[in-house]
Amino acid sequence: MSSPSIPIYKSLFDLPREEYFAPGHGLCAGCLVGPIVRILLKVAGPNTIVVTPTGCLEVSTTLYPYTSWRVPWIHVAFENAAAVASGIEAAIKSLQKKGVIDPSRRINVIAIGGDGGTVDIGFQALSGMLERGHRVMYVLYDNEAYMNTGIQRSGATPIMAWTTTTPIGKVVKGKLQTKKPIAEIVAAHRVPYVATANPAYYIDMANKFRKGLLVDGPSFIHVIQPCTTGWRFDPRYGIKISRLATETAMWINWELENNEVFRVTVPVPKRKHVKHYLRAQGRFAHLTDEDINVIQKYVDKEVERINKLVGKEVIGPVVE
Amino acid sequence: MDMWERIPLTSNYAAAYAAKDADVDVVAAYPITPQTPVVEKVAEFIANGELNAEMIHVESEHSALSACIGASATGARTFTATSSQGLELMHEMLYIASGMRLPIVMAIAARALSAPINIWCDYSDMFATRDSSWITMIASTAQEVYDSIIQAYKVAENPEVLLPAMVVYDGFIMSHTYEPVNVAKDRAPILEYIPKNYSRPRLDPENPITFGAIADPNWYYEFKYQQVVAMRNAYEVLRKADEEFDKRFGRSYGFVETYRIDDAETAIVTYGGLYGTVREVVDILREKGAKVGGIKIRVFRPFPHKELVDSVKNVKHLIVLDRAISFGGALEGPMAMEILTTLRLRSIDVDLYNYIVGIGQRSVTELDIINIYYHASKLIEKGVRLTESIYWGVRE
Ligand SMILES: Cc1ncc(C[n+]2csc(CCOP(=O)(O)OP(=O)(O)O)c2C)c(N)n1
Ligand code: SF4
Repeated sequence: MSSPSIPIYKSLFDLPREEYFAPGHGLCAGCLVGPIVRILLKVAGPNTIVVTPTGCLEVSTTLYPYTSWRVPWIHVAFENAAAVASGIEAAIKSLQKKGVIDPSRRINVIAIGGDGGTVDIGFQALSGMLERGHRVMYVLYDNEAYMNTGIQRSGATPIMAWTTTTPIGKVVKGKLQTKKPIAEIVAAHRVPYVATANPAYYIDMANKFRKGLLVDGPSFIHVIQPCTTGWRFDPRYGIKISRLATETAMWINWELENNEVFRVTVPVPKRKHVKHYLRAQGRFAHLTDEDINVIQKYVDKEVERINKLVGKEVIGPVVE
Repeated sequence: MDMWERIPLTSNYAAAYAAKDADVDVVAAYPITPQTPVVEKVAEFIANGELNAEMIHVESEHSALSACIGASATGARTFTATSSQGLELMHEMLYIASGMRLPIVMAIAARALSAPINIWCDYSDMFATRDSSWITMIASTAQEVYDSIIQAYKVAENPEVLLPAMVVYDGFIMSHTYEPVNVAKDRAPILEYIPKNYSRPRLDPENPITFGAIADPNWYYEFKYQQVVAMRNAYEVLRKADEEFDKRFGRSYGFVETYRIDDAETAIVTYGGLYGTVREVVDILREKGAKVGGIKIRVFRPFPHKELVDSVKNVKHLIVLDRAISFGGALEGPMAMEILTTLRLRSIDVDLYNYIVGIGQRSVTELDIINIYYHASKLIEKGVRLTESIYWGVRE
């Protein structure tokens, strides 16, 4: 097995030219799921089977008789992408042993699901898949709410964010709880590769996809995905907001190899204040300066924790 | 040389032997009483190298059937087994398996549903799957469990059908009692009967296809209608599979089994293991001069209209012993309802007396059935036509 720690993509020109995610899908204009999947499939190539749980990606890409998928693709239900992927992986193994599928062929099995289908309803199936050690790469595109059913809160919705089920009322304003730290929960399963990624840093993301596909066992890539509809921003600002997430350390790009080597792959020596990220989005429009400071304190603490984990300052102080 | 070895097996073990002899490629299952020994036996076969299959030790029944769907969509011959709450947890997936036309085969040790919790036998779990588009066979002996699972693969995998199939048998009453069963000494003749065919549509990078697309109102109906056609096709395919099984192996079951029915005025109808008791009761009553026979419904989906009508053509009264309750139904015995509809549609005017028995494995003895027969006979004498089910032996 080649070492998963060697990134090969240095620039956009290193990525394969082939497109396995066809244009003409029905994702919202400016939705970042499209670029994430496009790069994912470029990295994975044609030797790939994809499972998608119910959600925006699924409904927007497979309206019969059309499909955006140039690789074999299956949707079964909302809560079971990981279990379906387990079955596919087991079937490949079995059929390879019996010579029905060429045993020398390495077929990628990828599950790609939203935050609801991953951190909430699909969590049990995900945990089971991780524990059993199937060679499946699970990609979570995290738009921090149930977007397909119209912007309801999920376990991944950040604190104080507006959603239709955490509305801005006179007494309660937005979501009361913090975001479920799913990537760390996955890491606690001691799987070979866990990473967080951001489509604004697409080379970093592409390399993580590649590493995830190379390991023997489950891998998990948690990708932040700005949603123009649910986050309430002008479609042209998706990448900008995505980058702000990392620049403010609301989102930290890290990876954990073999449950040993932890690194922050996108260091941020000079950090921006979270207000730049929050003020760019309608879902946080109700936040007072005080609220923003509360969130800033959360982030400061998280930065401190991460720096300690790495053993040096990879995320610097707020300068702007 | 005889190809069979006669060994004592429970119905659970018979199911596991059938999966082994069908050379399944992938098994995903989760333990639940009284089905657990199926999973254990399959695991043993794999551990001993008697079965070359991948076993996925899933974390729930929902994932069991989900994994089976993934495996079957990848082309593997796939097997699972469950009971009761497990089947309920699979419910959502049942429709997806059939909607995707995946020939998964599942063994079910029938068990009552909570609440209150009851781990014993009745057929509430099976009847709750009625409209899920699974071919459904109910076995009444361990031999029939073994044979039906093998037949199930032949029907399910037929290109004209491509639907999942379940083989159901009494929890505990059959799942945990030993009977002599002929199992194949060597699986080759079985595999000649159900040859593997990996050429159905599947997730194959050489030929990418999309499974489980979204179908809007302009398309969904057609998909469902294709399932109707597939289920109708299953009728003939199953008949032929049973005939071929008979030719090759000397055993067959038909859709409906009858016992001493030719000159019977009254027939006692049931399904599953209770049919054995019914046959004995028929013998006892016959000795007393009663003109009575027995009927067993073996295939529930597709429902065997023709065979049922055939078997009752000389009968005046039917006593249907149901082992599940359809709460608030037009008639609360689910099988009685099917039978009544079938007969009414063909303008066959047979008096039907529906008794609910064996709920949560309340015992049904020969004496119970004899008393039911006399109870019904009195109603018949008085000319009473029943409009509701009778709850035999229940304390009010
Ligand atoms: C069992 C079940 N419950 C509820 C739903 C309705 N539902 C469909 S998609 C969805 C939300 C999906 O959210 P997420 O996983 O975050 O993906 P997104 O739509 O945001 O891409 C819900 C609640 C369902 N399909 N199945
Ligand atoms: S609602 Fe959001 S996640 Fe869904 S397609 Fe639109 S932008 Fe993308």
